[in-house]
Amino acid sequence: MFAQQLVNGLMLGGAYALVAIGYTLIFGVLNLLHLAHGEVFMVGAYVGLALALAGFSPWVVLAGAMLGAATLGVLVERVAFRPVRNRGSHVTPLITTIAVGLVLQHVVVKIFGAEPVAFPAPFAAAAMTIGPVTLTTLQLLILGTSLALMALLELVLRATPTGMAIRATAENQTVAGLMGINVSLAIVATFAIASALAGAAGVLLAWNFTGLSPFFGVKVGLKGLAIMLLGGLGNVTGAMLGGLIVGVVEVMSVAYLASSYRDAFAFAVMILILMLRPTGLLGARLQTG
Amino acid sequence: MLSDHTVSILIFAGIDVIMALSFYLPASAGQLSAGQGGFMALGAYTAAYLTVQYGVPFPIALAAGGMIGGLVGLAVGFPALRLRGLYLVLVTFGFGEMVRVLFLNAPAFGGPGGFAGIPPATTVWHVLGLLIVLVYFFTRLSGSRMGRAFAALRDDEAAAEAMGVNSTYVKLAAFTAGGVIAGLGGALYAHYTLFIDPEAFGVGRSLFVMLYAVFGGLASFWGAVVGASILSVLPELLRWVKDWREIFYGVLVLVMMLVRPQGLLDPALLARLSLRGERVAARG
Repeated sequence: MFAQQLVNGLMLGGAYALVAIGYTLIFGVLNLLHLAHGEVFMVGAYVGLALALAGFSPWVVLAGAMLGAATLGVLVERVAFRPVRNRGSHVTPLITTIAVGLVLQHVVVKIFGAEPVAFPAPFAAAAMTIGPVTLTTLQLLILGTSLALMALLELVLRATPTGMAIRATAENQTVAGLMGINVSLAIVATFAIASALAGAAGVLLAWNFTGLSPFFGVKVGLKGLAIMLLGGLGNVTGAMLGGLIVGVVEVMSVAYLASSYRDAFAFAVMILILMLRPTGLLGARLQTG
Repeated sequence: MLSDHTVSILIFAGIDVIMALSFYLPASAGQLSAGQGGFMALGAYTAAYLTVQYGVPFPIALAAGGMIGGLVGLAVGFPALRLRGLYLVLVTFGFGEMVRVLFLNAPAFGGPGGFAGIPPATTVWHVLGLLIVLVYFFTRLSGSRMGRAFAALRDDEAAAEAMGVNSTYVKLAAFTAGGVIAGLGGALYAHYTLFIDPEAFGVGRSLFVMLYAVFGGLASFWGAVVGASILSVLPELLRWVKDWREIFYGVLVLVMMLVRPQGLLDPALLARLSLRGERVAARG
């Protein structure tokens, strides 16, 4: 029972981590909060839904959602971040992204309706048993995809020129620019990567919950924010770890406590950690936003 | 005499202004709170519980709502002392969410089903009266010792401390006062809608409160007043676009923030509008 819940939690947590990584990447590079990220995630899931309904294979659904979300993310950067990057206070992007989120939500409502819709399962579920744990192929797919994407991200950030440009920009924008890095391009790449991960998470979670609604992004977005804080702002490894922790805690709280508290646990854990370690689990010694 | 519809628009707009002011107060000391919905919920539930369960007169219930908001504001202020900028935004966000989940799981307050049967008590005059008191308060505050301490803290915490501003005391005062205002707003809200549920005070509420104040501009409390008034009446003006309303609303807010990232009332505009403007501009 416990091992089973642990696996379920890791599966959920992996998808949460993908969302949180997006927040943390954008925060790390721009020092700004992207409050429409939950909506990018939701739109990604709907792109996946459209593809799934058209009868495409799960991999095409996943890739399409990632591509769709990445395009949208780059667009959001263009519309809501770049124009106010060097003007206004750091509150301004909060407001522009809230506005963009509102628009995205209701555009989806216009197209797909406000009611929750069922998300077709990628394939007939086959189950296999390893010791006390039963895994369905769907669960394996979700867990495997999120872990693979995280590994890929680490690789991209560490070993490719784009990844290095992103890390340099996160370190210090001015100096990175002086060293010949195209900062604007690095920022666009950050948004594309962050949004693609959110799109993937959208499809994975829609598979997991077998449905989605236009307001799906709000809840998961909030959780992503909590996880980002938990792991330390701008810390990618922290977000991965935080996501897994929150996923496990959430599943355990449903299994052993009341299910109606599940949404509070992410925040309870977050606030607790912030009291003890204000910079997050793996955060740097810096706490100014 | 005003029609019921107009009255309801006025009351909701007035409550939105009160909430925007509750965000503005800590924000004027540099403390951004994304959890004002949580304080509003506490005020609303406290006041409603008192009038329904104990038949407490409305003014006393209102005061109690404000008091609880203030006490919790003080309690939230303590951990907030260690946090700055966006960290604070996120933690207050989390606070708002926790309050919502708490009421969702409190059977005494109706849980997810909401709390009904609240006696009608709030009138336009209550809302207007509180607004006049608040405007007077904020006008007096801006020139006072405390008001200047707020501004100093917002502009540069280290410099403010060096000048002898007790930042701990000032921040706690700002959070407490913001909580009181939001609590009062919640109590007024509950006794007008007559039914409250936790979802009414969720993240959406907190974000919109922030949106109102920033849209109006954080240079003066008038920004919160103007921003909240415009944005809470705007949906009424957009009735003709029917179900495109939210999309229009979002696009309008976005365009406005791109054109004026400092908000509607920035120091330059304030200077042109007011006689004391030169000083405001010089300070801003």
